[in-house]
Amino acid sequence: MMREIYIRPSWLVIVLILLTIIIFAFDYSAGPLKYEDARQKGQTAPELQTTDLSQFPNSEENDKCFQCHGQSKYTYENTEQGRMVNQRMYNELIVSPNEFYVSNHRSFRCTDCHSEEYQNFPHEGILRMEYKYTCLDCHEGDDTYAHFYFEELDVEFQESVHSEKHSDDFTCWMCHNPHTYKINARTNENIRETIVYDNTICLDCHSDFRRFQLLTDRERPNLIKSHDWLPNQELHLASVRCIECHAEKLSDSALVAHKVLPKSMAVRNCKECHSSNPELLASLYKYEAQAVRSKDGFFRGITTSDSVVIGASRNQTLNIISLLLFAGVIAGIAFHSVLRIIKK
Amino acid sequence: MAQEKLYLYPIWIRLWHFLNAILCLILIITGVSMQFSAPSIALVNFDTSVAIHNIAGIVLTINYLIFFIGNLFTFNGAQYQIVYRGLYKRLITQAMYYTFGIFKGESPPFPISRENKFNPLQRFSYVFVMYLFVPIVFISGWALLYPQTIPTTILGTSGLHLTDLFHIISGFIISFFMIVHIYFCTIGKHPGSNFKSIINGYHEAH
Repeated sequence: MMREIYIRPSWLVIVLILLTIIIFAFDYSAGPLKYEDARQKGQTAPELQTTDLSQFPNSEENDKCFQCHGQSKYTYENTEQGRMVNQRMYNELIVSPNEFYVSNHRSFRCTDCHSEEYQNFPHEGILRMEYKYTCLDCHEGDDTYAHFYFEELDVEFQESVHSEKHSDDFTCWMCHNPHTYKINARTNENIRETIVYDNTICLDCHSDFRRFQLLTDRERPNLIKSHDWLPNQELHLASVRCIECHAEKLSDSALVAHKVLPKSMAVRNCKECHSSNPELLASLYKYEAQAVRSKDGFFRGITTSDSVVIGASRNQTLNIISLLLFAGVIAGIAFHSVLRIIKK
Repeated sequence: MAQEKLYLYPIWIRLWHFLNAILCLILIITGVSMQFSAPSIALVNFDTSVAIHNIAGIVLTINYLIFFIGNLFTFNGAQYQIVYRGLYKRLITQAMYYTFGIFKGESPPFPISRENKFNPLQRFSYVFVMYLFVPIVFISGWALLYPQTIPTTILGTSGLHLTDLFHIISGFIISFFMIVHIYFCTIGKHPGSNFKSIINGYHEAH
């Protein structure tokens, strides 16, 4: 008698579990950025692609400034005593050439914004009182930069809690250091890096008590505790920008919301992001979503980014297939039932 | 008649089945609610759906372990073993019965017995659902519960997306199975006979 061959399904489950363990165990990539890692990475100075600074039109002239302001100490000749002196450069006065030459303003001369008098050493004390330009001083009404909507950003900023609470003390430079600031969301294909970069701007003050104290007498904030209510907190903090929940856009034209809201008005409704019409598509994923849509690929459509936003990550093709299958099954059951009743 | 009643579903299977059915319904409702979440309307609130879905998923896994271990150590496990020889022919015969025979008043080609609780199509589909799609759904579900454990890249694509895709497609297939399963349960001696069987444990033959 021939021996029956059985398929034992229990093995299927064991194989599935083993397969998952193998796939998960042999991944050596970094995985999602953690909150602390994100902070650390965001604060690391970007590397210059080349050490050849001659490509920057004003590098030779700027180098005179960087000789002292590009490092933590500087040397000068004390003519009164006739000797060379090493002096510490204050942190606030250090500008990293590495960061400056990858920033938006990399082609500038230092004296484009600072007084020509700074070319003399020692610098006159009165120069400290010089007016510091803000974004609109140069960019207002400028057609070249019209797509950044600086005027609209300014209106949003004027209505923000930063502006209303701190008046003139709070300028553009509190968040956007003119020496290091660079466009990120529009140019960086890696959304995680954009998130880290943007969140570091907020955390520079909100988690650095020394800077925080410059503007307020409030107690040291505990961001982790105040976000206790957020499910999967670590993942949320590493996957979205602070401004997604803490700022409001007054119009669709500008990319980044600048009307920072008071704490009580922060978004707490999950569906603002987790829904068919997520706020994230109008901000964080705006540029990526446009790029992906134009590629029109089936699988690409699902893998819009490295993130999965439940309720927002959808694929039209899969939706249609599932609806058709569902309708087919219901129709099949209805047809079968009717025939059963008729033929009874 | 007394001899027509077979005691097929012992109490542990009935309890497991009841809990499994309730959990699947909860998971489908909350899952659909999350997947098709809209800004203004909601089947169930998003945050409530997440909480209920997570808890129901954990309980489903525990319940599955009971099913898995129970089938390993009791006679019930034999009902899920597929005999390879003649499988295709048996499946076709059963499918033909559902498509034509049933309307001509023919008797079922594979009468239910203690040794054969399921007809070939049932056995085949139950194995696929219970030993393939349910495990995929809870393995991917646990991974999504702890997304930091998911590899960034699997087979050149986002690990998170792939896991999500496996979870949603398996969940979708299980939902379909559930609809078809409930309908096919109306095909018994009477439309309600099989529902009665899974409550009291006794099967009524055609």
